[in-house]
Amino acid sequence: MRSLVHEGVDTIFGYPGGAIMPVFDALFDYDKHLNHILTRHEQGATHAAQGYARVSGKVGVCLVTSGPAATNAITGISDAMLDSTPLVVITGQVSAVLLGTDAFQEIDVVGITQPITKWAYQIRRAEDIAWAVARAFYIARSGRPGPVVLDFAKNAQTQLVEFDYKPCTFIRSYLPVPEVQPLQIEAAAALINGAKKPFALVGQGVILSNAEAELKAFLEKADIPAAWTLLGASAMSYDFPLNKGFLGMHGNVGPNMKTNECDVLIAIGMRFDDRVTGDLNTYAKQAKIIHLDIDISEIGKNVKPDAPVLGSAKDTLPALTAKVNPAKHTEWIHSFEECEKLEYEKVIKREVYPESGELTMGEVIHKISEATDNKAILVTDVGQNQMLAARYFNYTQTRSVVTSGGLGTMGFGIPAAIGAKMGAPERTVCTFCGDGGFQMTIQELGTIMQEQIGVKMIILNNHFLGMVRQWQEMFFDERYSFTEMQNPDFVAIAKAYRIDGTEVYKREELDGAIADMLKDDKPYLLVVNVEKKGMVFPMVPAGTCVTNILLGD
Amino acid sequence: MENTLYTITVFSENTVGLLGQITIIFTRRNLNIETLSVSPSAIKGIHKFTITLFTTEDSVRKVVQQIDKRIDILKAYYNTDEGLVSQEIALYKVATDKLLELGTIEKLIRHHHVHILEMNENFVVFEKTGHYDETQQLFVELSQSVGVLQFIRSGRVAITRSKVERLSDMLENIQHKFGE
Repeated sequence: MRSLVHEGVDTIFGYPGGAIMPVFDALFDYDKHLNHILTRHEQGATHAAQGYARVSGKVGVCLVTSGPAATNAITGISDAMLDSTPLVVITGQVSAVLLGTDAFQEIDVVGITQPITKWAYQIRRAEDIAWAVARAFYIARSGRPGPVVLDFAKNAQTQLVEFDYKPCTFIRSYLPVPEVQPLQIEAAAALINGAKKPFALVGQGVILSNAEAELKAFLEKADIPAAWTLLGASAMSYDFPLNKGFLGMHGNVGPNMKTNECDVLIAIGMRFDDRVTGDLNTYAKQAKIIHLDIDISEIGKNVKPDAPVLGSAKDTLPALTAKVNPAKHTEWIHSFEECEKLEYEKVIKREVYPESGELTMGEVIHKISEATDNKAILVTDVGQNQMLAARYFNYTQTRSVVTSGGLGTMGFGIPAAIGAKMGAPERTVCTFCGDGGFQMTIQELGTIMQEQIGVKMIILNNHFLGMVRQWQEMFFDERYSFTEMQNPDFVAIAKAYRIDGTEVYKREELDGAIADMLKDDKPYLLVVNVEKKGMVFPMVPAGTCVTNILLGD
Repeated sequence: MENTLYTITVFSENTVGLLGQITIIFTRRNLNIETLSVSPSAIKGIHKFTITLFTTEDSVRKVVQQIDKRIDILKAYYNTDEGLVSQEIALYKVATDKLLELGTIEKLIRHHHVHILEMNENFVVFEKTGHYDETQQLFVELSQSVGVLQFIRSGRVAITRSKVERLSDMLENIQHKFGE
């Protein structure tokens, strides 16, 4: 406990059980220092810790027992690994003498979690606790962040030792932040200074290294238009003139088209995920590529850069800004407008500003964003709700988006929103879920009830697993195999948890319902029945060229 | 792309579970490890892994980066055969009576430079060091003449030809920086 307090931990998400009971017993006396949130499932605890970490920039902490608790936590740990989220997950374990005997609730946690963590370690002796906890926090938060698992044998939980806590600041086999190499900076600056049509791709690395201001200064000086990945969303304000929108499969037309028109592509803290690049053989072949990343194993993993720049964006961006010439690329930047106009006519008008017909997901998301003055934190589940929320929710502050990008975990939305609200209690947190994902972690309504966590939950209900349905319609001959859902009365379920809510069917009811939801800081469930067969466009079909954009017309 | 034999050298801290962390990196990419040898290195507390596999340069580079990324790995790099001095060792157990019947022990020792490790009325154990082709050739010869009762070959051990000693330089660098 004292080790955790030393690391500045104030919130823990957890669930007690046999092999972690001594720690929970100690927690009972630490209620002044550590706020423990009892989730309803260990998966919920991990997602909540992720939400907390993503909005606060601090390490999210989970405390669960052995065996099934540890395996329930696996989804959240994997999610944190793929999305570079700092977590320390402490799992209980049977006593050291019982290890390897198939004891009750014994499972090889370290073995299972090694591929999905930055570091996994088993504490078998109380003497190792302070050392292991210090190391765990250092590893989780430094460099490219990620999850760490501490598997805590029961005997080590009850032994008494002299407490001697030293924070960890150095591991000789681990270099979290590579030093900026001036030659790399110069090579990159030379490419940028020679560029007529430079284009920047902004990833989560900018947010994780708190380099939002450095990014803005860089883009403004060299007058470079920029687009963001799903996890890079909110690194730039939506109204920043050089922000040209969202990249990838369901991104904006401009950013995807211009990827294959620019002459220098500057990737900043992003990893060229397949949902961004589509077919690598046709991806930005005409451009010189600059890749800024903190993780050397990302450089050249998917796209081979002409100028790699290793280091934290916090260090490399200012170094680069100092070397680039002030420039104006007015004509090139204006060329995005044509794409924007096309996208507005073909997609946005219908999705966000429909005048008749059924409600659409896009209009609901856009209205809620505006009703919060574009200042709320967006949490999403996975699927159509996620892609449309990323497209139509607007961000004015950094760390405003919590979504499961790499793993694409349905059921992420509700528990992650709990964590986000705990991590930023002064901000409004809106979580958009589909009817499918909401039911994957619906039990976390219990957590919301018990802790009175003021999250605003919106179910965009189309009675379908919408994204799968969309693929079935487009690529599987409209064979809707097991995607239609018969749903419960969600508002009645919320009522059972003493959470207010309402259900909307018609356009004229929407504004009133949104105002009602946002009138105070209490938890609220808004169910909006939207068109059954809504589609997310634009779309670059998986594995095809980024300019192969379907507009649904 | 043509597959080449690469030798990966890994220096790690001496902690539990490292071999697993390394092997899953291969498993995930459906790469087959040809040989593997692990032992304490010249530096106290640091272990050295020597792994060989057939693959492409692109793939071996990415694998090495993923290995190097693990927290307790100090350094990982790869070489082709040209960059290395390498050796393997093989043991052969053959029946004494058949060997005496054949009567070519002198030729074996002269030609193949084998050592005799053990000899009794039942069996003889030869030891031969050499590259895979060399130890394999002896195995084939013995199999065809007297028959081999047991055979074992070690994984490769290797030393780089490079003038730079990467690990000691790296450690010195780190200690230097940390000392400041």
